[in-house]
Amino acid sequence: MIGIGIGFKWFIFVAMALMATGSSLMMVTRKNPIHSALWLIVTFFSVAVLYVTLNATFIAVAQVMVYAGAIMMLVLFVIMLIHLEWGAQMGAKKSFAKVIGAIITLILFLQILGGVYTYSNAGQHGIYSAQKLAEMGNTRAVGTLLYGKYAFAFEVASILLLVGIVGAVLLARKRKE
Amino acid sequence: MLPEIPQDLYYLLSAVLFTVGAIGVITRRNAIVIFMCIELMLNAVNLSFVTSGNFLNSLDGTIFVIFIMAVAAAEAAVGLAIFVLIFRLKGTVHVDDFNLLKG
Repeated sequence: MIGIGIGFKWFIFVAMALMATGSSLMMVTRKNPIHSALWLIVTFFSVAVLYVTLNATFIAVAQVMVYAGAIMMLVLFVIMLIHLEWGAQMGAKKSFAKVIGAIITLILFLQILGGVYTYSNAGQHGIYSAQKLAEMGNTRAVGTLLYGKYAFAFEVASILLLVGIVGAVLLARKRKE
Repeated sequence: MLPEIPQDLYYLLSAVLFTVGAIGVITRRNAIVIFMCIELMLNAVNLSFVTSGNFLNSLDGTIFVIFIMAVAAAEAAVGLAIFVLIFRLKGTVHVDDFNLLKG
């Protein structure tokens, strides 16, 4: 994101970080799965805006199209297809196992935190600086790499998607009695 | 004059999102909500990939994220088909009710 004031960038970052955190918490705590799905879409949108602040505009658009558009639409369809008995299933059952699980997860969080504040930035620097990406165009740079250096992986990913489609159709069809 | 946004803050946000997703996976018992929490965890990982790529002036993080998205899409299609199948078989998607491999 070149040519935008640093204060504005901070404002966007803080707003979107709070929005992502808040909406993900709402997603986890809502009882109705449809509400959860809608809050998750809000989280995906705010993460997409964060991608723009990281000079990854192609990924930002792909995030909105693939996650918020395609995957969440599929999830909403499935939730509506199998009308869930959501009222009964979370009936204030605060079991011991849940509390233990949450504590273990918080320990996991502390571990990640330790990693974040002790890592050394030892990676090798590449050639795609923000300046160069702005000159060349983010999508063009990504496409050049994807069809050049990573062409084989790209083809494998397309085969994986084909297998996924065939598998989903095969699993979900009605069987003849 | 403010400094540039440090890398650590992005990693911190990624850690928070990952933890929220993990708590959801552990505490919720509805298979579809668990699936959505896993998507959230994948998103947190994507965020840290893009952050590293940006601060190292490299596009490899972005390429990784594209492949993760492809895998997540395939996983969503197959996983949700399995949920529909389980619902037809058992009449519920509550994970505590699935304790047999045999239908």
